[in-house]
Amino acid sequence: MADTAQYRVATATRTSRVGLLVLLAGVVFLATTPWWGGRAEMRLVVEFCYFLALAQMWNLLAGYAGLVSVGQQAFVGLGGYALFVFSIWLGVHPLLALPLAAVAAALFAIPTALIVFRLRGAYFAIGTWVTAEVYRLSFAQVSDLGGGSGMSLPIGVIKAVAGSRSERELVVFAIGVAVAVASTGIVYWMLRSRYGLGLTAIRDSEAASESLGVNNFRTKLYVYVLAASITGFIGALIYLQKFRIAPDAAFSLIDWTAYVIFIVVIGGIGRIEGPIVGTIVFFILREFLADLGSWYLMILGLVAVVIMLRAPQGIWGLLAARFDLHFFPVQRRLYLRDGGPPGSP
Amino acid sequence: MDWVNAVIQGVLVGGLYALFATGLSLIFGVMRLVNIAHGDLIVLSSFLGLAIVSGFGLHPLVCLLIVVPLMFAIGYALQRGVLNFTLGPDILPPLLVTFGLSIIIQNALLEIFSADSQKLPAGALQTASLQIVEGLAVGVFPMIVFACAIAVIAGLQFLFYRTALGSAFRATSDDADTARLMGIDNRHIFALAMAISLAVVALAGVFLGMRTSFDPSIGPGRLIYAFEAVIIGGLGSLWGTLAGGIILGVSQIVGGKLFPGADQLAGHVVFLILLVVRPRGLFPRAVD
Amino acid sequence: MSLLETSGLTAFYGDFQALFGIDFAIAEGETVAIIGSNGAGKSTFLRSLTGLLANAAEAIRFNGQPIGDLPANRIVGLGIAMVPEGRKLFPSLTVEENLKIGAYSGREGGWSVDRILDLFPFMQERRRTPATALSGGQQQMVAIGRALMSNPELLLCDEISLGLAPTIIKDIYDALPAIQEAGTTVVVVEQDIQQAMAVSDRVYCFMEGRVTLEGPPDELSHDAIREAYFGLKGAA
Repeated sequence: MADTAQYRVATATRTSRVGLLVLLAGVVFLATTPWWGGRAEMRLVVEFCYFLALAQMWNLLAGYAGLVSVGQQAFVGLGGYALFVFSIWLGVHPLLALPLAAVAAALFAIPTALIVFRLRGAYFAIGTWVTAEVYRLSFAQVSDLGGGSGMSLPIGVIKAVAGSRSERELVVFAIGVAVAVASTGIVYWMLRSRYGLGLTAIRDSEAASESLGVNNFRTKLYVYVLAASITGFIGALIYLQKFRIAPDAAFSLIDWTAYVIFIVVIGGIGRIEGPIVGTIVFFILREFLADLGSWYLMILGLVAVVIMLRAPQGIWGLLAARFDLHFFPVQRRLYLRDGGPPGSP
Repeated sequence: MDWVNAVIQGVLVGGLYALFATGLSLIFGVMRLVNIAHGDLIVLSSFLGLAIVSGFGLHPLVCLLIVVPLMFAIGYALQRGVLNFTLGPDILPPLLVTFGLSIIIQNALLEIFSADSQKLPAGALQTASLQIVEGLAVGVFPMIVFACAIAVIAGLQFLFYRTALGSAFRATSDDADTARLMGIDNRHIFALAMAISLAVVALAGVFLGMRTSFDPSIGPGRLIYAFEAVIIGGLGSLWGTLAGGIILGVSQIVGGKLFPGADQLAGHVVFLILLVVRPRGLFPRAVD
Repeated sequence: MSLLETSGLTAFYGDFQALFGIDFAIAEGETVAIIGSNGAGKSTFLRSLTGLLANAAEAIRFNGQPIGDLPANRIVGLGIAMVPEGRKLFPSLTVEENLKIGAYSGREGGWSVDRILDLFPFMQERRRTPATALSGGQQQMVAIGRALMSNPELLLCDEISLGLAPTIIKDIYDALPAIQEAGTTVVVVEQDIQQAMAVSDRVYCFMEGRVTLEGPPDELSHDAIREAYFGLKGAA
């Protein structure tokens, strides 16, 4: 055995520093949209940001914790409705209602988790879907929230965000960019913390990780509730931008989960870069194919199926393997004290 | 008498739900695959039925003679050509591939048949009913569906526990590698299981189309009913699946009577309660 | 001509190489034992022979025919049956169903459920019992019976004495002559060297994926076996 003092454990690599710069440039590009783009570009960027954030959360669940949820629309819808309930019924300032929506989503996530965690694997997936359906159908029953046809934010609430339309759009835009950056950062931070190791252990083998002292149930619960709460925040933001909510749209499987799953699968599941690449590809495809209507969804589904069958590591996985790219190094690599990793050329 | 009527209706609807669920339960039992596109394949069968009924002017029950073998063949090809490549220790590939299939089928149906509501014309069968006692009549068609559900489950039970093919199904489910040592081609066995599953789906889809109106978007809802019936009954138990379907059907119809407009919600809530109380279902399989 | 012959057989689990060029031959009617410690590659070798691990076609010849690239489900029909390590009975099948599924490949021959019941009479009363409800020794006998049901020319037995009491091991090996008389050639993989030497005409010793010793039991010295088995030079 070699002397351990010869080795050091590191996670950063040279490409990760370059990658960080590329990402930083990307963020600056998006964040400066108000200076170079118009109203339409700003809306597009906000949409890009919340899809990216939703994808990061789904990837955290499915790609890292092994919790393949098909029911994240539950928390988008809950967050959206929470915005309406807090700001209309309780008179809370709409911007304060955003974090409160995150709290509300987290509170709903706990009992939801206690139920769906009884199911394993694919049955867990459908279980989350059932609970999302329960929320959708329940909100459709509440006539004070407009029942099945939904309701709009009163003009007073909208004006409370900011006086003028352009100022309101700027506020929503800023929060959108912040949410995308923050959700990526949170996933990165989680994976580098001791939870990250625990999560990877659980994904790889539930039994083994338990025997090594990882509390599977608690770790999964934390991750599930965290993802739900951020998803709830995003939901509230989405409906602060849309002004109008209805159960079928707010709890839409296609809009808030199917697209997000396709984004992550296409980009690369189980990698932080995956959702970023996936969201970019998703928006490019949409730009070119959205006019095709249902063909667009068929093509998207087909691309995801082919990628899952032929290259399950996704586009980013292919690129990373080809060029040894790791923008967000979460792997711990062993290095010789004064050189590269042992065994590398 | 109203309540008795509601319960009987619920039980009979439960037969249809059991047909939805049987195929799902079967392929999970044989290859641990959960087919997210299951509901959409049910609706695909309804539309195949519609195309044949309107194309050749056949009665929907007669069109089963074409739709069932067709779906059997589609099932075999789908498993052999696509889904066999997703099986393995990782649950993500089968889940995400069938999820993708679900979206593809839904939108293909939308493209071909539009979003309009359709119905398979059942003729006199639509309204025929049997008077049991004063004020209590039971529809003939729902009873046929229920009888078919029992027949299908009894038939599958026989196939699984009394035939050589059934032994091969069970052996492959237990341990695919050792089954291969016996000369069993597990890819063929899996494909046959999916073929049988989709043959049952074909039956369910045509019955669904004769009973209510359908459109390309209703597949996921049927998947959820099927899933709930399977979990309530207990994974791997075919008769349990029938019981699960009946419980779901009764919950929906009685729940809808208690709280108008909340029939679906009532079914889901009863399912969630049972999931908390009996997480392994009513009739869990002894060997898991 | 050998019944079965391998030349330069290799096997990999991902990047890990488990076998490094195994040359092996067995003649018809012969009984060969393969010995070696844990991880020597014995089970991997049998998995390769049965097709559970793929190989180049020419690496394995059976009756002169290249079979290295055939899938497992085709190989049993050619006449190679395996009693897998740990028995691997099908828990959802009864004893009788386990035996019957052994005949799935449809190979013609003299074995039948009744003849297996003659060989292992205890099964008569346990026909309808779930196979995994039997004792370990009884399960091992069912696993042997299941393999025989395919009427093999070559029977591969992987660690059939593992974890069993000595009297039961004797019962199991007592069935071997009847199997050989039926014209079946037998390969036994054993960790128990005494047992292996007692039943076999020839012994192969494996170590770290290579054949380190080969020959008839009475021509092999203790020291040679020790060295081939443990890789230790000289006497301890």
